[in-house]
Amino acid sequence: MRKRNFGIWMAAAALVLVVCAPALAQPTTLQWWHSMKGANADALNEIVTNFNASQKDYVVEATYKGNYDEAVNAAIAAFRAKKQPHILQCFEVGTLTMMLSGAIYPVHQLMADAGYTVDWSKYLQPVLGYYVSDEGKLLSMPFNSSTPVMYYNKDLLAKAGLNGPPRTWDEVGEYTAKLVAQGVEAGLVVGWQSWTMVENYGAMHDLPFATRANGYEGLDCELAFNNPQVVSHIARLQSWTGDGRFAYSGQKFQGPQAAFVGQHAALYIDSVSRIGALKKTAQFAWDAAPMPVEANMAQPLNSIIGGASLWVMQGHAEKDYKGVAAFMAFLAQTENQEAWHQKTGYFPITVEAYENLKKAGYYTQNPLDEVGIKQLMRGKTTKNSRGIRVGYFIQIRDIINEELENVWAGKKTAQQGIEDAVKRGNEQLRAFEKANK
Amino acid sequence: MIKRAHFKAPLLPYLLIFPQILVTLTFFYWPAVHGIAQSMMISNPFGGRDQWVWFDNFKDLFTDPLYLKSVGITLGFSAATALTALLLGLFIASQANRALRAKAAIRTLLIWPYAVAPAISGILWLFLLHPNYGVVAFFLKRTLGIDWNPILNGTDALVLIIVASAWKQISYNFVFFLAGFQAIPHSLIEAAAMDGAGPTRRFWAIIFPLLSPTLFFLMVMNIIYAFFDTFGVIHTITQGGPGGMTTTLVYKVYKDGFVGLNLGSSAAQSVVLMALIILITVLQFKYVERKVQYAG
Amino acid sequence: MVEKTPILDLLTYIFLALGICIVGFPIFYALIAATLPLEMVSQVPMPLFFGDQFWVNIQAAWQKGNLGTLLLNSFIMASGITFGKICVSMLGAFSIVYFDYRLRSVAFASVFCTLMLPVEVRILPTYEMAANLFSPLQAMVELLHIEALVGWFLQNDIQIRLELSLLDSYPGLILPLVASATCTFLFRQFYLTVPEELCEAAKMDGATPMLFLRKILFPLSKTNIAALVVIEFVYGWNQYLWPLLITTRREMTTAVIGLQHLIPDVDDVPDWNVALAGALIVMLPPVLVVLFMQRWFVKGLVEREK
Repeated sequence: MRKRNFGIWMAAAALVLVVCAPALAQPTTLQWWHSMKGANADALNEIVTNFNASQKDYVVEATYKGNYDEAVNAAIAAFRAKKQPHILQCFEVGTLTMMLSGAIYPVHQLMADAGYTVDWSKYLQPVLGYYVSDEGKLLSMPFNSSTPVMYYNKDLLAKAGLNGPPRTWDEVGEYTAKLVAQGVEAGLVVGWQSWTMVENYGAMHDLPFATRANGYEGLDCELAFNNPQVVSHIARLQSWTGDGRFAYSGQKFQGPQAAFVGQHAALYIDSVSRIGALKKTAQFAWDAAPMPVEANMAQPLNSIIGGASLWVMQGHAEKDYKGVAAFMAFLAQTENQEAWHQKTGYFPITVEAYENLKKAGYYTQNPLDEVGIKQLMRGKTTKNSRGIRVGYFIQIRDIINEELENVWAGKKTAQQGIEDAVKRGNEQLRAFEKANK
Repeated sequence: MIKRAHFKAPLLPYLLIFPQILVTLTFFYWPAVHGIAQSMMISNPFGGRDQWVWFDNFKDLFTDPLYLKSVGITLGFSAATALTALLLGLFIASQANRALRAKAAIRTLLIWPYAVAPAISGILWLFLLHPNYGVVAFFLKRTLGIDWNPILNGTDALVLIIVASAWKQISYNFVFFLAGFQAIPHSLIEAAAMDGAGPTRRFWAIIFPLLSPTLFFLMVMNIIYAFFDTFGVIHTITQGGPGGMTTTLVYKVYKDGFVGLNLGSSAAQSVVLMALIILITVLQFKYVERKVQYAG
Repeated sequence: MVEKTPILDLLTYIFLALGICIVGFPIFYALIAATLPLEMVSQVPMPLFFGDQFWVNIQAAWQKGNLGTLLLNSFIMASGITFGKICVSMLGAFSIVYFDYRLRSVAFASVFCTLMLPVEVRILPTYEMAANLFSPLQAMVELLHIEALVGWFLQNDIQIRLELSLLDSYPGLILPLVASATCTFLFRQFYLTVPEELCEAAKMDGATPMLFLRKILFPLSKTNIAALVVIEFVYGWNQYLWPLLITTRREMTTAVIGLQHLIPDVDDVPDWNVALAGALIVMLPPVLVVLFMQRWFVKGLVEREK
């Protein structure tokens, strides 16, 4: 009976005694945890390689930590165990959690402390706006930002005698009726329904998602998307589910995208970041257009972004932060932003990068890539279209998704579904407020 | 219980049980105490700023319609999964017991899904029953005209995870039932047959009572399986949706705690589950003890 | 003789064939999908004949999912759990059944409280514990201001961190799952059925307890151990929630978790052929273990219940 293998872990036990010694003359390693896969990860790694080659003091080490929630969890666990990375990529719904975590070093502060003077006005404001404090100070560095647009199947539209995409929601109704009459299974499908049909619909029509400037001005905000416009929009979609003009195809596993690619649906609203995947899989003529708006909205506002930003975490040495600041500055350089945008389809964060590409004729060759940016830059950003800053946003999105699913399934009216979502969401907000007093 | 013939040693028994006690203390009791404490707090996931709220998390839990809904879903799901797996396992085992030839081969062909991970079982069944590209879904829709859509329809989604969960449990039940059948003395059945008892009568009068301990044991095991081991199935297929229709209690612990970062509520849910499982254990224990006692 | 009409027999075989088909269909279908190229696997409905891309897909899955490393991790985890559980519980049960000592009933009760209590219900606190096994000690260090004391003594700024993090490690994957009383319970049940005479004889021959365990109990338990090996190996291999949480580094995770990265996500190309090829690879080891050890497994399973 050989046994008791506990030696293994007793040996693994470590009593760590760290004496703060003067830095050795070797480059400082900066940890960056992210959630990028595939082509996006390649583009990210290229930035890192270039930064590491550009100077000798710092080495950035980028590590894939699973999807967004897994990465945040890993960071939380690490922070509790005092092993947090320098930089964490965190999705937009986690903004308020990160902001109040007491674990972050605001980016505007970091840059100022490290001696950089950054002219934040030269950044794309609709992107930046999502991640600033109520006083307009930048908290985290926008990294991968996207916005929803509408993709349409040109072949199917042509077959139904339609050219060009619908511009208004009324037109969407007419178009999809014709498409369905032509034998197309579903007129319209949408991805990320809470983001596209509630959050962005509200922003573009200047309707609040929550009180207190969408939550920017205080934790005591309440959800406010139960306004007549959003309700009637949802009710309209619900009525369309009856005759196939709108079809709900799930939140995950490529539901809507698969429907569009398989030509079961002619219109498809989703993030601009789908362009790459569609280029690879769609075997028909297609294009992208701005999201439809209401006919009475002559000047629709900008859409809001989704995606993730880079948070700098507390608890590292000052010289490390010098390196982090240098990396942030490097990241914002025009050529890096241009490359990132071209390779991934995510937006550049500076106006200069956008203007440069425009001058170079990039968008005449790749008009697809400009649809989202134009939609993002139109109009004047208001408190309703700047972004959303609510607590337990992940749960709130889940709640909205659930209630919308109930509406699509005909279990609830649009009014009731939205009201219930607001009510349940508000409970989450109060719980969050209580936890962050 | 202790053996009539046993050893006496001052130190040895303590040494022997030490590893067991050590892992139990470290990974059960300490976390359990921690969890109970956490369930009475509201805390910032990043640490610090913990507020002691006593039983507020529990109060919130039991007044939360979603949690109660999740309780209902879990009970329904577990009952359906256990029942499906038990009945099919029993039926196939009864047939296999009748078979004259190739018993070993039949067992081999039926036993292996036991080894398939619930998460993989989820992938396989999702691929078969996905409304857009699943072949079984295609058959259901085109041939039988069923409006099958587990993405939108909560009941369909529930059916999907029940099928995926029950599938791999069938073989587990099959093995037990087959052994149970084989343990029944053949002479007993033949005697009954000679007395003119038909197959149905024989099943209820002889086989069923003799199988009932197996059945009871399997019932407990299947319910425990449905409660806890099906996390992988749900995580791969539905993530608790649509409309929260497949959010079982264990899935909710995970979702609220690790995705939503509401640690207090998640811990409270864990405590409730712990209480529940201890209750089941005690019941099972009583039964098993009794059985052992009259066995010897 | 019990009824044996040809019709009934035929029916029996038909039902059995049907059962085997239903049970086998998901795998059969996955096997087909794993042999097809992307265009064909995305067709609805997918063709029901074998393609020639099996090897290509297997390789793609192997590479994309980093399955070489992950299968090794799974193997270490599953074997560790199996070995650990069996060792710990064989000894524990021996202590409880064959010794009389003062704290025996306390030990018994405290261990059996955890019977069937799966890691899933204590997942969050277990995770915190695993993140730092010394968290209670660290709290003490902070409470007593030991840092400041030692710092003053050394005339230097000092930081004391007591930590033993099991995150992203094999012990972290294994140990919390070893902490379960199921096997102990089974060993106890088995020991109770061992004839009293054996122990009496051993004692009369003056055998020490350990010798009795080694020479008599262990050989008698071989079938049980074989069955437990199968059960625990499958259990360990198929773990999902715990490895999902305890590992953050992709190269430390297990094959079952790694497989999730192969399932086409919303953003990816729908390469189900590769995903299913990966699924086949990952399920193979436990299936083989079950099939090859079938005889003992069945025997042990059934004895387990008795």
